[in-house]
Amino acid sequence: MSEAAETFGRRRHYLNADYGVKSWLLTRDHKRIALLYLFSITVFFAIGGLMAVGIRLELATPQGDLVQPDTYNRLFTMHGILMIFFFLIPSIPAVLGNFLIPLMIGAKDLAFPKVNLASWYVYTIGGAFTMWAVAQGGVDTGWTFYTPYSTTYSNSYVIATALGVFITGFSSIMTGLNFIVTIHRMRAPGLTWFRLPLFVWAHYATSLVIILGTPVVAVTILMVAAERLLRIGIFDPALGGDPVLFQHLFWFYSHPAVYIMILPSMGVISELITAFTRKRIFGYKFIAFASVAIAVLGFLVWGHHMFTSGQSVYAGAVFSVLSMLVAVPSAIKVFNWTATMYKGSVSWDTPMLYAMGFIGLFTIGGLTGVMLATLGIDIHVHDTYFVVAHFHYIMVGGAMMGYLGGLHFWWPKITGRLYPIFWSKFSAIIIFVGFNLTFFPQFLLGYLGMPRRYHVYPEEFQVLNVMSSAGATILGVGYLIPLVYLFWSMRYGERASDNPWGAIGLEWTTNSPPPTHNFDEPPTVDWDAYGYLPDTPGGGGESGESWGGAPPVSSREAPEHG
Amino acid sequence: MSVWPDQIPLFPDRATAIAREVDAIYFFGLGIATIFSILVAVLVAYFAIRYRRRHHDEVGQREQAPAWLELVWSIIPLGILLFMFAWGADVYFKARRAPANAVEYYATGKQWMWKFQHPQGNREINDLHVPVGVPIKLIMTSEDVIHSFWVPEFRVKMDVLPGRYTNLWFEVDKVGTYRLLCNEYCGAEHSLMGGRIFAMEPADYESWLAGGQPQTALTKTGEQVFAEKTCNTCHKNEAGALGPSLDGVFGNEREFADGTTVIADENYLRESILEPRAKLVKGYQALMPTFQGQVDEEELVLLIEYIKSLGQDE
Repeated sequence: MSEAAETFGRRRHYLNADYGVKSWLLTRDHKRIALLYLFSITVFFAIGGLMAVGIRLELATPQGDLVQPDTYNRLFTMHGILMIFFFLIPSIPAVLGNFLIPLMIGAKDLAFPKVNLASWYVYTIGGAFTMWAVAQGGVDTGWTFYTPYSTTYSNSYVIATALGVFITGFSSIMTGLNFIVTIHRMRAPGLTWFRLPLFVWAHYATSLVIILGTPVVAVTILMVAAERLLRIGIFDPALGGDPVLFQHLFWFYSHPAVYIMILPSMGVISELITAFTRKRIFGYKFIAFASVAIAVLGFLVWGHHMFTSGQSVYAGAVFSVLSMLVAVPSAIKVFNWTATMYKGSVSWDTPMLYAMGFIGLFTIGGLTGVMLATLGIDIHVHDTYFVVAHFHYIMVGGAMMGYLGGLHFWWPKITGRLYPIFWSKFSAIIIFVGFNLTFFPQFLLGYLGMPRRYHVYPEEFQVLNVMSSAGATILGVGYLIPLVYLFWSMRYGERASDNPWGAIGLEWTTNSPPPTHNFDEPPTVDWDAYGYLPDTPGGGGESGESWGGAPPVSSREAPEHG
Repeated sequence: MSVWPDQIPLFPDRATAIAREVDAIYFFGLGIATIFSILVAVLVAYFAIRYRRRHHDEVGQREQAPAWLELVWSIIPLGILLFMFAWGADVYFKARRAPANAVEYYATGKQWMWKFQHPQGNREINDLHVPVGVPIKLIMTSEDVIHSFWVPEFRVKMDVLPGRYTNLWFEVDKVGTYRLLCNEYCGAEHSLMGGRIFAMEPADYESWLAGGQPQTALTKTGEQVFAEKTCNTCHKNEAGALGPSLDGVFGNEREFADGTTVIADENYLRESILEPRAKLVKGYQALMPTFQGQVDEEELVLLIEYIKSLGQDE
């Protein structure tokens, strides 16, 4: 295998198998499609990020002095829509999941390669629709599209934007369907369900949520369009509709959507923790079934977004207790990851820094989520900056940290290149610090009395807002650094060996970058996942020489540790 | 010049009994969150340092943490979560259910202002004067989109919906001026849709009420609207009247032609005026026309207040 690394330039792999624009735009290779997605979601992340810059600049002063209220409302709406529907939801599944699931299960590709390519086109068309709406002037309803504001009162491009989201939903469904069929049908001989990497379990659970939830938001969007365009009374009481009905339908999808965003990230963390502690995961089945439990329970808690909507107090109580139950599998995961580190061989490589950051931030996000699920607390902090802080701890502190950690872990596999160690660790720390400075003050702001979506705010909130804006600047720099060095590394980075981290997993047994059909010989599996034990079949020896077919242990940072 | 924490407030003032209860459970939740966050952070940091990889080909030790830990960290959090649920639900039920002796005020939200009506007939825009020590129940609706009524010092909020009434109650125990905020995004001027709640000693409140224009109580004005809209031609207390008598309707069970029943509340009265055929009282014909578009929100409030007063012993 090391031979392969030496002949990197000449060896045929998926990147040099073919050249030219057509070879990319018509590819059916899951790895190339993953890169198409990587490019697209990075563009949307950058645009959504610029909008966040606008929001934080405006909020640096209490007065509405930078942009008009209409512009501000469009900024936070588009920020939410782009980040959720066009970045976070596709991020880990469509990039890392797409690239890795066939590799992890020893398959040549996903079950439906053409559907996979089609999903990227559908995503791109949906994105183009939405960007067209932005260019026309955008939408000002908030990403939640609450009625009757969105159907009757808003003078912005509601239908165009919502149709963009509607179209993109189909790409999620295609990806989810592809994953489910692939995981069921294409596992290598010997790769039983409980030998699967937990990354695959997490994506399986995510795919279930995608397939069951996305059609609901699609229908809801059509209803909004029908009422706005044809004045069919569904939600607006002036037309005989029920405004709260919309909230039920919307959150029936959009709460599970939170798990679409966080579950894949949890899957990444399970891979990172085991690879960088070189230890069998603690409680494999608990973590696997926790993913499924979160996916199922996630469909039963939507009403916790509506404790102050006027719904009955008994409905509130039921949704509150169910929301509490969802916290248990999440807690199980956090404790299992932590326990995996016990007596491990913990490296401080960049992906592990992200993983440790994830555990801390997700814990805070989860525990503040428990506070929000507590009826007596929510009645005060509902729809305030406390909520804004909470979901950014989950989505940015959780999902985004997992995405970046995963990207840094598998980057050598994806590109065959290494990135600069110093800059990657530096930016991971910068992101962690910047993130906390941005969002921690928002918890305080919310309890103090600052509602979300406020363009203008009382003066006594300025200090905390300035802290938040300063943190956002640091966070922004933290995101720019990896963008630069990862891009740089694609051409100038040192060449990666097949298994630079000395990790276990089928994806590390093939070349970096892998050949078009992933494996020269179809693998068979007779070992459990994460078998970092000296006497486990298929596991390694203390010397790290070999792992029964798996490549030798070697560390990226061998020189540093001597 | 400014030194934490004098210049940077962390907690809003507490002006109701509910505020104290919300704060108590908030501090409990904060404590739990802090303890568990620190526990996890310390363990992660300790393991990362204690078991730091010393050699590039080192593999983790074979020994794992004991398996019974799974039970510990499932059951203990579950217990804490259920305790928080029960406590939170208790506070929430208290905050949602107005005491029987609450004085009823009406609030209407519209882009981007608040309108209030006192039971004595006084009207205010964006400002609301209330006596301290008296439970106040706001019956709220919106003329356009969804708004939300929030006074941070009271620790309660409730969405204000078009087409129906929601309500919220509070009993202020501290004289003062409190900031009212719209807490549900409602369009361009959402962040400016605010107001002030002036909580006054009851005597001061009385003189404030008297200081304005001479007012007619809501029920009296309601009686006039009732006559103007000729409601009284059918709804009269006579045998053979075309409409049912409205005496003592409010708060009591109504039985309908299809056999269903409902306790008459503000939302029922509202619906019966705007869409009389939605629920047809048993024994009566569907003769009443809709008043959708014929009465505005304020007239609705007046009619409802008047109907509520019928059959009540003075």
